Amino acid sequence: MTSLDKPGAAAGPRTGRPLRRRVGTGGRRGVPLPLLLPGLLALAFLLLPLVALIIRAPWRSLPEQLSSTEVWQALQLSLVSATAATAVSLVLGVPLAWLLARTEFPGRGLVRALVTLPLVLPPVVGGVALLLALGRNGVIGKGLDAWFGITLPFTTAGVVIAEAFVAMPFLVISVEGTLRAADPRFEEAAATLGASRFTAFRRVTLPLIAPGIAAGAVLAWARALGEFGATITFAGNFPGRTQTMPLAVYLALQNDPDAAICLSLVLLAVSIAVLAGLRDRWMTTS
Amino acid sequence: MTNTRPTTHPHPHPHPHPDTDGLDARLVIDRTTFRLDMTLTAAPGDVLALLGPNGAGKTTALRALAGLTPLTDGHLRLDGASLEHTPPESRPVGVVFQDYLLFPHLSALDNVAFGPRCQGASKAEARAQAAAWLDRMGLAAHAGAKPRRLSGGQAQRVALARALATRPRLLLLDEPLAALDARTRLEVRAQLRRHLAEFEAVAVLVTHDPLDAMVLADRLVVIEHGRIVQEGGPADIARHPRTDYIAQLVGLNLYRGQADGHTVRLGTGPAITTTEVLHGPAFVAFPPSAVTLFRDRPTGASARNLWRCKVAGLETHGDQIRADLTGGLPLAADLTTVAAAELDLHPGAAVWATVKATQTHAYPA
Repeated sequence: MTSLDKPGAAAGPRTGRPLRRRVGTGGRRGVPLPLLLPGLLALAFLLLPLVALIIRAPWRSLPEQLSSTEVWQALQLSLVSATAATAVSLVLGVPLAWLLARTEFPGRGLVRALVTLPLVLPPVVGGVALLLALGRNGVIGKGLDAWFGITLPFTTAGVVIAEAFVAMPFLVISVEGTLRAADPRFEEAAATLGASRFTAFRRVTLPLIAPGIAAGAVLAWARALGEFGATITFAGNFPGRTQTMPLAVYLALQNDPDAAICLSLVLLAVSIAVLAGLRDRWMTTS
Repeated sequence: MTNTRPTTHPHPHPHPHPDTDGLDARLVIDRTTFRLDMTLTAAPGDVLALLGPNGAGKTTALRALAGLTPLTDGHLRLDGASLEHTPPESRPVGVVFQDYLLFPHLSALDNVAFGPRCQGASKAEARAQAAAWLDRMGLAAHAGAKPRRLSGGQAQRVALARALATRPRLLLLDEPLAALDARTRLEVRAQLRRHLAEFEAVAVLVTHDPLDAMVLADRLVVIEHGRIVQEGGPADIARHPRTDYIAQLVGLNLYRGQADGHTVRLGTGPAITTTEVLHGPAFVAFPPSAVTLFRDRPTGASARNLWRCKVAGLETHGDQIRADLTGGLPLAADLTTVAAAELDLHPGAAVWATVKATQTHAYPA
């Protein structure tokens, strides 16, 4: 906005268009080929598979495919379990993010590294680890089974746990970053007004970091929706109980490719809807 | 508002001493590169200004009083109750922060109601109290506005209302006028002065602006390098500065030397003749306007308070020219633009400077 405010600073005729665009078209400088070619290649690489999915979709049989109860079961299970996993991540992950961002304790750096471990861990390994912890003979699962009669593997609850295990780190990292960027002096101001640390968190910090929490939640939800490896390892693949959309797609691909394409289209539609929602609410601010 | 001391006070004093009302503090904070050590006392109704250059420790002292920075040593008693181990949320202390720190997601009304809510008032009660405070500040029309829609002056008053709504026994203001532009500042300063005058407990404000300090406070505490260098009423400080920093703030030439009768000798160098009769260590102060400059040695003038000087620098100072002089006596002199032109003043020019004894002021160091 600088040159528009200073008379004489902006060279050339005034048009009603923003200055930025004029510079972009008028003062074009050569785009270096070593950047242009790989860039375009990357774009094609990312978009072509999706285009192929749309081109090869059996549009005529689509209504029939989608009306099958199995598809709806899988979709419903996916949406419910991803939402539940996000809820679990929020309830446990936001406090963890606060602890990491706002308190000092020995080994905090190590804890933060451990929190991010599931981000880089192959999900299948996560599933195996969950089995060893919460399985019928697992470290904790044994006790749960013996004392409370609770078994988690191969249940819908198991799906939620597997998805939360994989998705929660996304939320924690996102919320912790937002907390670090937020001015801690607002919490000090709240303290001088008589607010305990928890009250300050609830009434001041939480509303201030709400956009960051929402963004983290969407990220976690999307990750949970696409979860495959940990889910199939820990919860199995039982239609109606633990068979989520990604599992259904994989299974269908082996005996009914058309069904797999239809299911994939549904997931693609959901993803685009989420992205559109994100754009409207949080991405336009930049 | 009536006095709020009675039984319903949200912070009952564990050991009430009626004789020790007000503030009694020794603040010691040790950091690797900085040490703050100062004693502050004030009676209810006092307005204290902590004045000092940047980095002197003013804000650190304020944070210590609020409980936001722990004390290394010392004590903090307010109305007889020891507070040094009390967390900030339990201290009867209100703070107006430099950039106000109004909660951006809450309306002006809810910002002010925040404190009463935390002290246990019901939502309706807290809002009623907040509305009354905003009304007192002349902000009733802006109760529903979010902070970003408020002007600087309005935000300042909301911040003051928010701090006062907790009915503090100690009100702290960090550079209360620094965030305002010059015109708003004048108006807000007058309003703030009125509100502080009405405030029945101790108020401590931090500022680096001598005018703010002198208008708003009954007593000035000047801090340099974490220590109190001078303390007193605004008029006293303005007349008897004891450090170069304060002399500069109040616009005086200040010298320290040994007095012997009417003469104050500065080290082994020049002497200044004064009207006061003093003996021993003394300060001499005189305003830059008391200095007269001559191109040639004035004939007929007595040799007293006459120095050969060199112009080190010139700058405009209001409608005057301020000359920085070095040589016989380093001093600042104010003269009119016409006089400066007639004297052909320019950096490096040699001049004679005189000061009448009647325009100097000497006092014991």
